[in-house]
Amino acid sequence: MIFRISRSCFSSISVKLPPFKVHHLELDQLPQTTTTTSAELLAYYKSMQLQRRMEIACDNLYKQRLIRGFLHLADGQESIYEGLHAALTFDDCVITAYRDHCIALLRGDTPHQIIAEMMAKQTGSTKGKGGSMHYYKKATNFYGGHGIVGAQIPLGTGLAFAQKYNKKPNVTLIMFGDGAANQGQLYEAANMAQLWHLPAIYFIENNLFGMGTSIDRASANTKFYTRGDVIPGIQIDGNNVFQVRETLKFAKKHCLEKGPIFIEAMTYRYHGHSMSDPGVTYRTREEVQQQRKTRDCINYVKNIILENKVADEHQLEEIDNTAQNEIDIAVEQAKVDPVPPSTELTTDVYVDNQNHFIRGILYKDSILPKSQ
Amino acid sequence: MLRIVHKLRSGFAKMTVREAINSAMAQEIERDPNVFLIGEEVGQYQGAYKVSKGLYDRFGKSRIWDTPITEAGFTGLSVGASMYGLKPIVEFMTFNFAMQAIDHIINSAAKLHYMSAGGLKTSIVFRGINGAAASVAAQHSQCFAAWYSQVPGLIVLSPYDCEDARGLLKAAVRDPNPVVFLENEIMYNEAFEVPDNVMDKDYLIPIGKAKIMKEGKDVTIVTFSKMVKFSMLAAAELEREGISCEVINLRTLKPLDRNTILESIKKTHRVVTVEEGWGQCGIGAEICSIINESNAFFHLDAPVVRVTGADIPTPYAFNLEELSFPKAHNIVEAVKLVLK
Repeated sequence: MIFRISRSCFSSISVKLPPFKVHHLELDQLPQTTTTTSAELLAYYKSMQLQRRMEIACDNLYKQRLIRGFLHLADGQESIYEGLHAALTFDDCVITAYRDHCIALLRGDTPHQIIAEMMAKQTGSTKGKGGSMHYYKKATNFYGGHGIVGAQIPLGTGLAFAQKYNKKPNVTLIMFGDGAANQGQLYEAANMAQLWHLPAIYFIENNLFGMGTSIDRASANTKFYTRGDVIPGIQIDGNNVFQVRETLKFAKKHCLEKGPIFIEAMTYRYHGHSMSDPGVTYRTREEVQQQRKTRDCINYVKNIILENKVADEHQLEEIDNTAQNEIDIAVEQAKVDPVPPSTELTTDVYVDNQNHFIRGILYKDSILPKSQ
Repeated sequence: MLRIVHKLRSGFAKMTVREAINSAMAQEIERDPNVFLIGEEVGQYQGAYKVSKGLYDRFGKSRIWDTPITEAGFTGLSVGASMYGLKPIVEFMTFNFAMQAIDHIINSAAKLHYMSAGGLKTSIVFRGINGAAASVAAQHSQCFAAWYSQVPGLIVLSPYDCEDARGLLKAAVRDPNPVVFLENEIMYNEAFEVPDNVMDKDYLIPIGKAKIMKEGKDVTIVTFSKMVKFSMLAAAELEREGISCEVINLRTLKPLDRNTILESIKKTHRVVTVEEGWGQCGIGAEICSIINESNAFFHLDAPVVRVTGADIPTPYAFNLEELSFPKAHNIVEAVKLVLK
């Protein structure tokens, strides 16, 4: 595909942001518009398509039983991950729960590594030993990948604590859902963050359902952006990549100057909670279709691209195909990759694994410390 | 360092276990800027049991962190900080309260290195008092040695005397793995003579190595923490009756020092295990199984006798509490049983 690089690639396009709701903040502290460029629009579009295609591919692989166990897909929420990637750097920490594939992708894993991990291959991000819920990358400050709802919140608060302890000009983005927002450990952690002025962004991905329970049935107060009590909060449209980006830029500045902040991003997941949940017993198919038609985060960017004649349908289709192709190649490669060797069973239990005793199923199969 | 070490004679000093832990923490905080102490009342209050006395005045609020009463929160926070590269010493006022945070010890810390295929590690020490104190009743008296010892990825240590407390705690702080460090409130006040080298800022005890407190030839007593004291008292009494006991102080509960235990059995042919915790699936049960799985089994002249806490939540009444946990006379009786 050849793109004519014209001046318009870099000239700015103005984007009006949706309204914000604020808690212990003034609306005039937040921008009403932002700017973007053709190049940036196409980059966001391509990246979000790649995320979308990757998640759909995982759905197919699961149905073919090539991915097993738990699989929590994030298709529909790509703009959140794109927005955080645009606003933050790899010196800012990110931590989340188990709906983590897209973050793993944006924090440096390749589609092949991510898919191979779920297919339990040795070439996976965590050698096949973690699976869908356990991606990590120290080099880009991505700390997982956690299966226990809410556990990532104090952990992330600790990352922010460590950044401040080390006097870093960086923040930690702590991501969790509307379900986790009722966890006691959130309030324990946020309390300390506020007391100690930690650079922690408490980021609620509100997709309206905690597994099969709507926010109204789970939360006495569904205004999650206010749940930080004395901690300021902002509610945004999570399906608007620009609003996510600009809000996180604001949040980073706020955190480094003052302390923690709560961000609630309204969004929607097309799949159920996980692959064992069809997602239509607690919401209607019509509602899901309506969301796809009117609030899809990729279509939002697509419309801006088309309206501003940044590209035409045909060119966008080519980008779609390129993304699909990249995923298809990753899947095919992962299919032929080997599973982890059985020696990997007992590695990585300890940092200095060779100094430790690891019991086997029978005592005679145990791994003895090197010294013995 | 606090002038808490009383010089007795050249080459030796006398200190309490409390002072031993205090001095070990002070040295490690001094040595490594990434080490910090965090917990309830550890700072301005000087420690709920005065173990961290003087540390806040010496190191300040950037190294000694007082927390709200929120174990899940501050334990998770500490594990997160260790993921980034700091080295927290997390004090639980008692390990009974750590149950509020146990998800972070097990799921967030212990399993992380494996789940991340070596990508992340958590170098962290969880320390606090464990087991019975005195008349603090059921919710404040449990021994957690067995629970934590079962978990792959954790190191579990339990000191008895000052030498143990200093050497093991310093080794724990410097170890790259998550460590559970089980102290004992009654032992805090016990004083021991320590040779000068124990006060050295780099005095370390190897993890995974038990110590033979007293050599003997008739029975091996395997134990840890406060029960070492009662075992030594029992051994002294038995010695007067002509029975020679070898007392092994485990020091490390995970990884257990199989070799020291098994070598001792080949010598004595009889074993008594002593622990304060409940018997089912306890440390004594594990030792029985270890013996079973090795050729030391064939060196036994009698089945192993276990001495454990009674299978009850701890009662408050002093006389009942006395009947709940092993004492020296129970150990004497156990040795005589295994010799019968």
